[in-house]
Amino acid sequence: MSSTPVLALHGICKHFGAVQALTDIELEIHAGEVVALVGDNGAGKSTLVKAITGVGPADAGVIEWRGRPVRIQRPRDAQELGIAGVYQDLALCENLDVVGNLFLGHEITRAGVLDEIAMERQALELEPLATLTKHPPNVRMPVATLSAGQRQSVAIGRAILSRPDLLVLDEPTAALGIEQTAQFLDLIERLRDRGTAIMLISHNLGDVKAVADQAAVLRHGRNNGFFDVLSTPYEQIVSSITGATDNAVTQRATKAWEDML
Amino acid sequence: MKGADAPGDPEGAKAAGRSTGGPLAAARQSGSPADPGRAGLRGYVRSLGPRLRSGRLGAIPVVVSLLVTWIVFQSLNHNFLSPRNLSDICVDIVGPGLIAVGIVFVLLLGEVDLSVGSVSGLGAALFAVMFVNDSEPEWLAIMAALLSGAAIGTLQGFLFARVGVPAFVVTLAGLLAWNGLMLYVLGASGTIDLGDRGLVAELSDRYFHSAALAYGLAAVGTGTFFVQSYRDNRARYRAGMAALPMWEIAERTAGIAVPSFAAAWVLDDFRGVPLALLVFLAFVVSLDLLLRRTTYGRRIFAIGGDVEAARRSGINVAWTRVSAFAVSGTLAAIGGLFLASRVASVGQTSGSATLLIDAIAAAVIGGVSLFGGRGTTWSALLGILVIQSIASGMVLIGVQTAVQYMVTGGVLLGAVILDSLSRRSQKVHGRA
Repeated sequence: MSSTPVLALHGICKHFGAVQALTDIELEIHAGEVVALVGDNGAGKSTLVKAITGVGPADAGVIEWRGRPVRIQRPRDAQELGIAGVYQDLALCENLDVVGNLFLGHEITRAGVLDEIAMERQALELEPLATLTKHPPNVRMPVATLSAGQRQSVAIGRAILSRPDLLVLDEPTAALGIEQTAQFLDLIERLRDRGTAIMLISHNLGDVKAVADQAAVLRHGRNNGFFDVLSTPYEQIVSSITGATDNAVTQRATKAWEDML
Repeated sequence: MKGADAPGDPEGAKAAGRSTGGPLAAARQSGSPADPGRAGLRGYVRSLGPRLRSGRLGAIPVVVSLLVTWIVFQSLNHNFLSPRNLSDICVDIVGPGLIAVGIVFVLLLGEVDLSVGSVSGLGAALFAVMFVNDSEPEWLAIMAALLSGAAIGTLQGFLFARVGVPAFVVTLAGLLAWNGLMLYVLGASGTIDLGDRGLVAELSDRYFHSAALAYGLAAVGTGTFFVQSYRDNRARYRAGMAALPMWEIAERTAGIAVPSFAAAWVLDDFRGVPLALLVFLAFVVSLDLLLRRTTYGRRIFAIGGDVEAARRSGINVAWTRVSAFAVSGTLAAIGGLFLASRVASVGQTSGSATLLIDAIAAAVIGGVSLFGGRGTTWSALLGILVIQSIASGMVLIGVQTAVQYMVTGGVLLGAVILDSLSRRSQKVHGRA
């Protein structure tokens, strides 16, 4: 693991009106590492994701990309750095077909004209899309006709298509079936082995346990502990999420971690 | 009656526009890929039932309304389908048709531009005052008209996309303001006669009476479509992707060939191919390619489908919106020049409110969704053909304007109801 994290967040704050959604968030993620971001509803997970992907820029704080401070104000900024995201609401255009959605924002063109054949060929090679119905998968269906699981596959395919250095996944398995989830977790591991940094948000601690190296807990928009997933008992993470550990011991542990950063 | 080209073309859109995600794209999916070998014409007809029920109508409603309109008026007055009348309709559709093509860009975003009628009047008035009253060179006057349209569109787009005023309100203000500016520009002169010299005067009065040209165009159009589909299909086949069976390409080519050659025959029988119609078709074809085959067009459809998804994919939503309004304004000005050319004058009533309603109605009747994200420039052509056919038929059988408005209003309402129902039905069937 390299010493410089791919992405480091320092003191990230975000508020919506009077509501302070994120306060002084600290987070680091290295290449080839899967960090799970866990927390109860309203803990600020999705808000943090949106700050990282430029969809909802942070108000204050420093974002460092490979050790360099960067500004992420628009989705394009994040894309250019090499950050791709799958959002909880998927953010697909229902009137466009699968290929149109996969390549939206970075279409392949030849002499200024969309190269549909090249795009379709690449789409067919995308692994998550193998779950799209029969063989060969029909990538010319409008997204409106797809099931929730298929849409989720499209959203995941869309994110990994750009070969990002950091992949941010917000509840990516919510709509997937058991087998699809297993395939998805395999995919995560392969991406990690290729050196992709992955930030995984999930309510499913089983998934977190299965693939994550680190778990960062958010509670009420603040850091509430970092855990090594392998060595930390399940109960401890849960109690950190629910707030049963709002006590001096965890606070000390969190502080110690922050000092290490 | 080259306009009848249109019924065939949605077939073309079907073949080429797989990715626009319109109802046509959906329609293509229903029959062919699952069962390519045996579908045939019968398969196509059989697939109609489920398609209609699930709300994927494509160009069917507008083609049906066009045929009904023609049959009704032909039975009331046998001069309706005469080459002369059809040729006249073909020239009449150009002005409002161009405005409708421009408004398609805005409707695809899910917005509306109410100012196009006034902008077209203002463009024509600027042209007339500069060219006729001030004796400026014609090209300068034309440029001024076009630039005014583009500038107005850009301004309105900016107020909508960057400042955040609803497009409806911005362009409603524009509807009034630009009409006022037009009256101001016309000033005391009232009506300005364009006379019969110059390019603009010639726009709607020039016909190319050559059978070779008429049939040649039909052949080139059909041939280009066929070759393009064939090559596209070959490339897909070679890439190991699902390709269309040969008969389907042949079927679609026939769907274009029949109306094209019929149009060529009708036009050639009267005064030949009108220049205005050629210009109109050039706009329809090139802007159709822009919308369906380029990144820019893809962005417009994406924004019409889901603004937030488009924004998250890194599309510059504000700029794309501004540009669509600029296209709408520019085409309104061009349409205004054609309208002025048609009546050889510009006056206080140029750019009236009925023009706006005709343009929007044409797009909607042609199948552009008011909810955004669905439609083509061919929709504008087909729709305006229906509207002008009604107008022309009404004049022919001597019905007053009052009735004509009511009928057109009814057709528009029908189209919007169909749009809403098809959307609801598509929701039920998980397609919207």
